[in-house]
Amino acid sequence: MTDTPAVRVRGLRKTYGDTVAVAGVDLDVAAGEVVALLGPNGAGKTSTIEILEGHRDRDAGEVSVLGRDPARAGLDWRARIGIVTQDGADLTELTVREAVGHFAHYYPNARDPREVVELVGLTGKATARIRTLSGGQRRRLDVAIGVVGRPRLLFLDEPTTGFDPQARRQFWALIRQLAGDEGCTILLSTHYLEEAEALADRVAVIVGGQIVADGTPATLGGRATARTVVRWADGRQETDDPAALVATLTRRYGGAVPGLTVSRPSLEDVYLDLIGAAS
Amino acid sequence: MTATADRTAPRRPSAARLGLHRATVELKTFFRERDAVVFTFAMPAVILTLLGSIFDGVYPGSDVTSAQYLAPSMIAAGVASATFINLGTGIATDRDDGTLRRLRGAPMPPSAYFIGKILMALVVTVGETVLLLGVAVVGFDLSLPTDPTRWLTFGWVFLLGATACALVGIAASSLARSARSAGAVMNLPYLVLAFISGVFYTPVGQLPEPLVTAGSLFPLKWMAQGFRSVFLPDSILPQEVVPSWEHGRIALVLAAWCIGGMALCLTTFRWQGRRGR
Repeated sequence: MTDTPAVRVRGLRKTYGDTVAVAGVDLDVAAGEVVALLGPNGAGKTSTIEILEGHRDRDAGEVSVLGRDPARAGLDWRARIGIVTQDGADLTELTVREAVGHFAHYYPNARDPREVVELVGLTGKATARIRTLSGGQRRRLDVAIGVVGRPRLLFLDEPTTGFDPQARRQFWALIRQLAGDEGCTILLSTHYLEEAEALADRVAVIVGGQIVADGTPATLGGRATARTVVRWADGRQETDDPAALVATLTRRYGGAVPGLTVSRPSLEDVYLDLIGAAS
Repeated sequence: MTATADRTAPRRPSAARLGLHRATVELKTFFRERDAVVFTFAMPAVILTLLGSIFDGVYPGSDVTSAQYLAPSMIAAGVASATFINLGTGIATDRDDGTLRRLRGAPMPPSAYFIGKILMALVVTVGETVLLLGVAVVGFDLSLPTDPTRWLTFGWVFLLGATACALVGIAASSLARSARSAGAVMNLPYLVLAFISGVFYTPVGQLPEPLVTAGSLFPLKWMAQGFRSVFLPDSILPQEVVPSWEHGRIALVLAAWCIGGMALCLTTFRWQGRRGR
């Protein structure tokens, strides 16, 4: 059971009229892993996630989510996944507790709605009408509804779009808690680089409907093995052994090297290279 | 996950039980939504009060006042409002604001959604009918029949009429492009039908013939006629299009709309908005 990946995608394709949204995506998510699908707007993130959720048809490719094909999976499969969409505007007249309590009814082994409301930090808003919530609170409610059925796999589609930095940090803490303490497998899409870096065990960069890089935040796009750039007042050199070069420079200047910097490409450099090269 | 694990896992609740939970949520949402309460629920009572107060006079050859003639027809319009408009705008909104999408993402049998909607519409329709009867009895001295066969007629006209309008409303919800346009999309045909069915324009026998013919194609005219046969004496029959209550034809037309409405629902219902797929 633990050997089968939570998500396995091969050659996934989806077109809308003449527009190719997903152009041959391969993706694996192991059980317990947090994977971020990172890419600019229109890269195919939402289409991919919606196909995996069973909300959208695909044109080609193999998809297995928790061992089933989402296009044909039934309600028992639905009871094992959780979905947090990016633009839910429903439930406005219910209170937070009513909404979470209502969705708990659908699942065979649901959590206590009170605990879930507490988990997402909305206990103070439990009896507030949902239309009165802020954007960040609203998204945390969506997470509460997404996890009330104890899903083995949680989908989060661009969960923090439009958040202010503080709300984003709070939201990240919640997701880390779900992944850590709760052992939930999570596939999230985002166009925020720092979000992928903060949350994900592994990042798949998607551009133009294709995965152009896939790795841990530290190794993404060959970042760990990329050549280091050493800059100083009179020069710049790429090297595999920055320590030796700095030692040479120090001897040459007879002490401090003016304007010395030693840098590996940042994740941002790698990401911008990837999306720049692909588009 | 193996098949064995599936069997030993706790069972998901039944569609009937979830339908009851849905109905609770639907009713809470309906009565907390000021727009829905004002436009769908209060409007027919307001129109009955206004039109009933404006027109006076007694139909010749009977002791039926204009307001009393209007009242049963307004009950039919109220039933149509609580079913056709209520479900049409409600489902269009559910499709637009992400309700349907969220429910499709949860392990909810589709029937639970419809059970919830229908129970909600039933409660609203019964409430609407009681409200309109109250206005008619208290405000316009409409006397309630004591003959049980009349209440039997009321029962089947109500059931067939509400079912037909509910099914057509569910089907019509797909015509609205968004929640915002749904009110207009549903209210225009409703208001036109209310005029050409002889609800707002009384008595129905005075309507120009082409309008009566057009109105006779739709269920509202027949439901109104059925309710008039329950609450008004036969001495008012000369004001009808034909001097008979035509119970057989009422049943036939309403049943046909039930069947046609069901067929429309089954062929046109969409879980996704137009942006989807």
